[in-house]
Order: sequence, then C-alpha cells, then structure tokens
Amino acid sequence: MNWLKSILLPAQGTAYAAEHDTFFMFIVALTAFFFLLITALVVFFVWRYRRRGDSPAESQVTHNTRLEIVWSVIPLILVMIIFAWGFHDYMNAYTAPGDALEIQVTAKQWIWQFEYPDGMRTVNEIHVPIGRPVRLVMSSEDVIHSFFVPSFRIKKDVVPGMYTDLWFLPEAEGEHTLFCAEYCGRGHSDMLGKIYVDSEEKFREWQELGDERTRTMPLAELGALLYESRGCSTCHSLDGSRRDGPSFKGVFGHEVKLSDGTTVLADENYIRESILEPQAKIVSSFEGIMPTFQGLLREREVKALIEFVKEQQ
Amino acid sequence: MSDSAISTTEHAPEHPPGLQHHFAEMEQQADSAKIGMWAFLVTEVLLFGGLFVGYGIMHARFTEAFASAHHHLDRVMGTLNTVILLTSSWTMVMAVSSARAGKQKNLVRYLTVTLLLAGAFLVVKYLEYSHKFHEGLLPGRFYTYAGPHLPEEFLFFSFYFMMTGLHGLHVLAGMIVISWLLRRAIRGDFSPSYYNPVDMGGLYWHLVDIIWIYLFPLIYLIS
Amino acid sequence: MADVASTSHPMAAGEPAATNYLKAERGFKSWIFTLDHKRIGVMYLWSVLLMFLLGGIFAMLVRLELLTPGKTIMEADTYNRMFTLHGAVMIFLFIIPAIPASLGNFVLPLMLGAKDVAFPRLNLASYWIYVIGAVFGVVAMVTGGVDTGWTFYTPYSTTSSTSVTTMTFAAFVLGFSSIFTGVNFIATIHRLRAPGMTWFKTPLFVWGIYATAIIQVLATPILGITLVLLMMERVFSVGIFDPRLGGDPVLFQHFFWFYSHPAVYIMILPGMAIISEIIPTFSRKNIFGYRAIAYSSVAIAFISFLVWGHHMFVSGQSELASAVFSFLTFLVAIPSGVKVFNWLATMYKGSIDLKAPMLYAIMFLMLFAIGGLTGLFLGALATDIHLHDTYFVVAHFHFVMVGGTVIAFIGGLHYWWPKMFGRMYSEKWARIAAVLIFIGFNVTFLPQFVLGTRGMPRRYYNYLDQFQPLHAFSTVGSWILGLGLFIVLGYLLASLRKRYDAPPNPWGGTTLEWTTSSPPIAHNFEHVPVVTREPYDHSPAPAPAPAGD
Repeated sequence: MNWLKSILLPAQGTAYAAEHDTFFMFIVALTAFFFLLITALVVFFVWRYRRRGDSPAESQVTHNTRLEIVWSVIPLILVMIIFAWGFHDYMNAYTAPGDALEIQVTAKQWIWQFEYPDGMRTVNEIHVPIGRPVRLVMSSEDVIHSFFVPSFRIKKDVVPGMYTDLWFLPEAEGEHTLFCAEYCGRGHSDMLGKIYVDSEEKFREWQELGDERTRTMPLAELGALLYESRGCSTCHSLDGSRRDGPSFKGVFGHEVKLSDGTTVLADENYIRESILEPQAKIVSSFEGIMPTFQGLLREREVKALIEFVKEQQ
Repeated sequence: MSDSAISTTEHAPEHPPGLQHHFAEMEQQADSAKIGMWAFLVTEVLLFGGLFVGYGIMHARFTEAFASAHHHLDRVMGTLNTVILLTSSWTMVMAVSSARAGKQKNLVRYLTVTLLLAGAFLVVKYLEYSHKFHEGLLPGRFYTYAGPHLPEEFLFFSFYFMMTGLHGLHVLAGMIVISWLLRRAIRGDFSPSYYNPVDMGGLYWHLVDIIWIYLFPLIYLIS
Repeated sequence: MADVASTSHPMAAGEPAATNYLKAERGFKSWIFTLDHKRIGVMYLWSVLLMFLLGGIFAMLVRLELLTPGKTIMEADTYNRMFTLHGAVMIFLFIIPAIPASLGNFVLPLMLGAKDVAFPRLNLASYWIYVIGAVFGVVAMVTGGVDTGWTFYTPYSTTSSTSVTTMTFAAFVLGFSSIFTGVNFIATIHRLRAPGMTWFKTPLFVWGIYATAIIQVLATPILGITLVLLMMERVFSVGIFDPRLGGDPVLFQHFFWFYSHPAVYIMILPGMAIISEIIPTFSRKNIFGYRAIAYSSVAIAFISFLVWGHHMFVSGQSELASAVFSFLTFLVAIPSGVKVFNWLATMYKGSIDLKAPMLYAIMFLMLFAIGGLTGLFLGALATDIHLHDTYFVVAHFHFVMVGGTVIAFIGGLHYWWPKMFGRMYSEKWARIAAVLIFIGFNVTFLPQFVLGTRGMPRRYYNYLDQFQPLHAFSTVGSWILGLGLFIVLGYLLASLRKRYDAPPNPWGGTTLEWTTSSPPIAHNFEHVPVVTREPYDHSPAPAPAPAGD
C-alpha cells in the first residue's frame, strides 16, 4: 500500500500525518473493497442475467430478511469503527500540548502575518525549530480564511472576531507549503505561505539574522525575493498594470500624484515611508489599504526593497 | 404489466359547484386543501423559527444590551395589539362557524370585524414605528439614538424591525385574504357544503395570531 | 390494463392520438396558462435544460481556465464569477427543480392514477415563480455577476461589491417555487392516489418524491430567512453576521447548511427514486426490499436535518458538536447503502435488458458508489481536516450530484421520453452518448480526488505547477463529457421531428403511467384505474407483452 500512499498523499511532515495516513489508507482499503464488490456484481449480473429473446426473470424473490439485516448491520459496524477512529485522531489533531511555542497568526486579504512571542513579525513565512510543538493562535482582519498545511494534514478556519487555534509538531526539516483553503476573493489562490522547519541551531540563527541565503544576497536580488514572499506582488505589479496598489514600474525618481492633490518625488525616503507608514501618503485614485511593515522587515530588507523598486524602470 | 382493473367509476357526470375537475368528491378536495395548508403553515413557522433562533442567540450573547434596549418599547401599545389580534382570532372562528352553519349575514359581519381589527393592529404598529423612527431607534447602520445606550442595542432593533416587519407583512397578506373572502361571501359563494376557503383563510389568520403571541413576550417582556 | 389501452386507445405506431395532451389545445397561451401538470412538467423540463446548458457553459469555462496555472483565458475576478455562477445556476436553477418539478410533475399524477396534482394553479404559480427567480438570477449575472461562491459565506458576501443582493433575492424567490412544488406533491400523494393504491402499493418514485417534498417544505424556509438576513446585512448592516458589529459569521454557516445539507438530499433522493423505477422494469423483476427502500428514503429525509454541522468540522465549532455531527453523518450512510444493495439484489436472477435507461441506471450504481464511499472520508473527522475545502470535496460532490442525480435524471428522461412526447429516440446514438458521458465524467472527476488528497484547495484560480497534469486530464475530460451531453440533446430533439411512434408501454413497465397512451390524453386516463396489485409485479401470469403493437 505504500506506493499508493505516495501517489495519493503528500510527504509526511509530522508524526500526526503518519497517524492520519494509516487511518486514511484504512478507509481507502475499505471503500475500494466495497466499490469493487458493487462493480463486480453489476458487471456479473448484467452479463449472467442478460435478456435472451423475450425471457422473463428467473425468480421473483421480493425480500430476504436475514440478508437485509446482514447488509445493514455490517456496514453500520464498519462506519462506527471509522467514526470512532476518526474522532480519536481528530482530538489528537486539535488538542495542543501545553509547552508549545505560540505564534500569533493574523490573516488578511491576501497575506499571512505572524508574530513570535518575542515580538518578531514575519509575513507569509515562518521558521520553526524541529521537534518542538508549535501552537498557532489565529484570527482574521477581514473575511474568513483557512490555514491549511497538506504535509502536516492540518487545517482550521481563521475567522474575524474570534480566535481559533491549531498546532503541529514538526518532524521533517525543510520547507512546507501553507495554503488558504477558505475562498476569500481575488487573491485567494495566491495566499500561500511557507513553513520552514529548521534545526534548533539554524532556527536561532534565523531569529537573529534572518536567512543564511538572504544575508549574503545582493540587495536588489533580495528585494525581488521579498517582493514575492512578503506579498507585495499581490497588489503592486511590475508591468504597469493596475492592481489594488500602484505599479512599481517607472515610479522611482518620478513625481507621484497623491490623493490630497499634492505631488511628491519618489525617492528613497518616500519608498521607505511608504513601506513603514503606508497611510502617510496615499497615491491618487488608490485606497489606503496597505498594512504597515514596521517591525516586519529587518533594516537590510527595507534597503533591499528600495533597491528593487529603483530597478523597475 | 397490469396492476389494476377497469373501473366503472368514470368522471362523475356532474360536478357540484366548487368542486374542481380532478377531484372525485368534495371531501377529497377539502382534505387536500387542508393538508396543503398545514404544510404551508409549517413553512411559515420555520421561516419565523429562523429569526427566533437568531434572536435567541444574539440575546444570549448580549443579554444586557437587549434588556436595556427593550425598555424603549411601549408595552401598553404591545398589549393593546395583543388584545386586538386575540379578538380577531375569535371573530375569525365565529366567521368559520357561521359559514359552516350557512349563516350568510353573520359570516359577512364577522369577516368585516376581523378585517377592521387587522387594520387596527397595523395602525397601532404604525404609531409605534413612527415613534421609533423619530428617536432614531432603527436597525443596523441607521441606528442614530442620541441618548445613553450600550453599543449592541442596535442589534435588538435590527431584530425588532425584522421580526415585527415580517409579521406585519403577514398581517397585510391576511387582510388581502380576508377581503377576498369577504367579497366572495357577499356574492354568496359559500354554503354549508362549500366553505373550505373560509376554513383555510381562518387557519392562516390563526397562524398570524400565534406568531404574535410568541413575538410579544419575546420582544416586549424580556426583563 | 391491456384492455384499457387496446379498447379505448388503439395506439398503433405512427397513428397520432387526437386528444393527447400535446394537441388537446393549441397556441402559446394554452401553454403559459395551462393547469395541466404534464404541460407544466414539460415547460419545467425545457427551462431546467436551458439552465443546465447555461451552467454547463460556465463549467466548461472554469475547466478551460484551469488547464494551466495562472491566466489561461481569463483574470481571477472573472474566474471567481464563473465558478460562483456555475454553482448557483446548477444548484438553484437546475438540479433542485430538475427531477421533482419536471419529471416528477409529469409522472407523479400518472403513477398515482390521478387526473392532476392537488393544486394545479399553485403548480402553475410555482413554475412562473421559478421563471421570475431565473430572471433575477440572470439580472445578477449581467449586472456585475457574483463572486462569493454559491455558498455566500459571510463576511465575504456582505462586503463583496458584486450583485450578491440580487442573486440572493433570486435564490429566495426560487425557494418559494420549491416550497410550492413540495406542498403540492405532499397533498397530491396523500389524497389523490387511485382507489386501491395503499401507501405500500405506491411506486418507489412516489416515495422518493414524497421524502423530497418533506425536505423542501421543512428546510427551504430556513434558507429563505437566511437569505433575507444576508440581504438585510448588505442593505441595513443589521449586524447579525458581521463580526465588527458584534455578530457571528459562523452563525451564517449554521443557518445556510441547515438548509443546504438537506437540500443535497432534495437533489439525490429523486435520482434514487428514478433508479428504483428503471431497474425493476429492465430486469423484469419485482423490486427487492420494497419496504426497505421506501423507509430508507424517509429515514434519509429525517436524518438529513441533523447533519449540517459536518460542513463545519474545521470552522472552530466545538469538538463535541463535531463528534455528534460526524456520528449522525455515518448513520445517514446506512440507508443509502441499503438502497444500493437492494438494487443489486433486484438485478439478481432478473432478465436484464441494457436499453438506454438501464445503461444510465448501471452507470448510476457505479458512480454513486464512488460518490457515497468517498463521503466516508469526509464524514470521518480526522480525514476531513485534511480534505475539507480541497478538490476531494469537489470530486465527491460531483460524483454524487452528476454521477448520481444528473445521470439518474438523464436515465429518467430516456425512460419517460416516449411517454412524454410519444416518440422513440435512436437507441444507437443513446448508447454512443452514454459511453462518452461515462468516460468523460470519470476523466473529469477522478483526477480531482487525487488533486484533493495531495492538497489542492478548491476555488483556486492559480495553482502550483505540480498539480498541472491532473488538471489537464480533468479539462480534457470535460470536453468529452460535454460532447456526450450534446449528442443526447441532439437525438432527443431529432426524435421530436418524427411522427408518434411510441407504444403505451415500450419497456414493459408495471406502474400506472404505462397503462395510458403515449403521450397521455389531457385527463391522463380514460377510466379511473383501480389498483389491486403490487407496483412492481412482474410475475409472468398476465403476459407482460407491450400492449398495442
């Protein structure tokens, strides 16, 4: 059954995923059996009892109480097993252990914002240490979203006006994809994120300095990376087309018309302010819907984004 | 293939007045109407049921705000309306029994009184509404009450207007039904063997009353 | 019964009946003001088929867009409208009225041996309310469309700038059409059965329609009030579903699914009911376990009201609530399973003729089996966490609704087409189309199960490259499926150009609709039938040769 499992399900990222998969494959086996049974009977009956000439049926039996009880009770027992097993695993999936690392999650059209207990904030990606349970306390700022990590086999809705929680115990180092599973509008299918499971040591390093890779990257290249990973691309195009925010194309070094009628020169200071205090100056004909990135970006990352915007001419 | 034999019960050669062609006899027609009417009344109850459940949940969540908001309602007016509707239910019962007994004049008389009482109910409701409008006690974003209030009080008025408004629409529909019955009664359409429409109209009117009987304590008397 | 048909109605092939309901009256007005349940059924039929075409066009566009990640032919905003309109049109305008209001309207009184439904005027009103609802739906489509998904989840639906208010109003109006049909059928079944037709002598189609009508009457008002609240929320900001005002967006989901889960059974029960007619006829055998099938319909109708929370296992509702809903959901699986086993047992030792309706019944058995069995993954709490809102749900739902209901609808259409229009269609083309539909359907939807288990969420405009091969399969499948459906439409319409050539009972059916002419006369029967035998009595004694030819 392992070959089938590897076709049907993504790689396992947690011990719970393995537990889930055992249960999943049990239902696969059970349903496959019943499907094959039904299909085999249909095909066999159609062939064996096909009408020859104008023949009547061989029998006119109308019921058989014993048989009917059997085919009611056996499925009942089987589904009760599925119910109980499913409930058992569900409680495991949704009951977080007490010593978990708690990360606050705020969903918003169409980005994921995270805040660690020490106040560090990230967007669309989190790093977590391997082997330590993580508990997510989630809420939404606008519509309902849903936090879904297929390789962990977990999902829960993120609802405005209330907190929901979710937990996992990461056991496979590497990168796991986070999807938004509750339809939330235009950017729904681009509302993805990454969960990086690091060794304890790498995790600490990341907490202090950011990624190993990004630390040595040229600024403009890092900016391009951030443009995608921090969700800038959801609202700001690079080709001049209009989205919810102004395009980056040809902005730098030019005059920008603001909604209060004044104009401003788009220089480094203007770009920096637009990232950290987006409500200060709103470009004419757009709405001030951008969240602040104050505290979400390291100093070098702000510089990288400015470099990146500069390049878009 | 056959599971039936030829029957000699063809179309009855002549239909009694008021019997539709696809029914065999008056009793079958009346029974069908009754079953259909009851099924329809069930949908009405469920329609209001949804609002009641929503109200119940929000009331449980914001008990204080709801209790405080409901003091703005005029209990005297509410009680008056309850009495009006209860009386109209009684006159409707009398109308149906007059029809059954073939008392043509009484039927017309009782239907007229029922209609007037329904109108009176709406007049009282109008007075209540205009008072609320005046004070800005309106649903949702139109809530502009200036006096001291808890933040969720507007929710109470959202429900107040939706529930009494929907009920008011039903009273209005009932008045149309009663007017139609009245017109037919004056024309002399009904007889002891055919008064089913009066019966059905009566059932509908009782439902409208019963819903009010639940609405009144739920909205006016919650503290 | 053969006597009735032969003495009063010499329905030789090609000989037009002078008084059949299609010809009893002429002119446009004789249709739009008709009180004849058969004509209303026919008007409903063409209307729902038109809506099926419309919903199908949306579906083809959705599939085409998903051929490649990112933009294939449309922008995300357009795509979101397309899948919403596909769902809304298919659910509210096609599949809910499809079987009860079109085939049911036509066949139910005939099966009962009645002259009409209990309230013919209400029946006509129901049709025109449906048309009004459809018009509002179309208005919503052309005035900006709707982008919320057919489930209208708050708070997205209360903040969306598209024509949500108009569309919910359309659905509200359509709800009344559905309620009136239900009320009408309940009264009809209770009081208009032919003399001698006891409850346990009524055909199983009647039981299925009865169970459906109960759900229509009990669940639809809740949808009505929910949609009213949603409209009020949009217009007045009344605050019930708006978290910023103290309301609860999840409450909307409870309200919505309290209707919409039973509504799924409004859709599937009539499909099952058709299968219960087709299988005995084409096996020439009495149905196996009549009472079990009849009771299971009623059991499904009642349990269906208690399982709505299984749509909300990941919504943050309490674990206890989820457990209860999961348990009840598994209970509802049993009566569905019982039906399948009974149908199989009916075929056992039968005399099986694979004519077009039976082909669809066979298809139903296999596809519904997959649809039902995959439901176990979603009813189970742990696996639902992973699969909820993924393509697995999309595939499961389509296997039940298309593989189940639509296939049964097409099967029923083939079964009763000669009765409705008095013409036989091309059996050869029917077989070709059936094979194409079967292949096309499976190629479209089987890959979606794997997309789902691998983690592809639904309602995604864009997707990761790893999912592309399966999406490509699915899109190609939709073309095959579409082709098959067009062929069906083609040969059915072609048959209407012929002269009347259908005998009263082309398949050897045993229920009352086969005892009258094809097409039936305006008042259905020459004589009021009196029922003495079981509905599916195929015992050889009174030779079951088709009468009249």
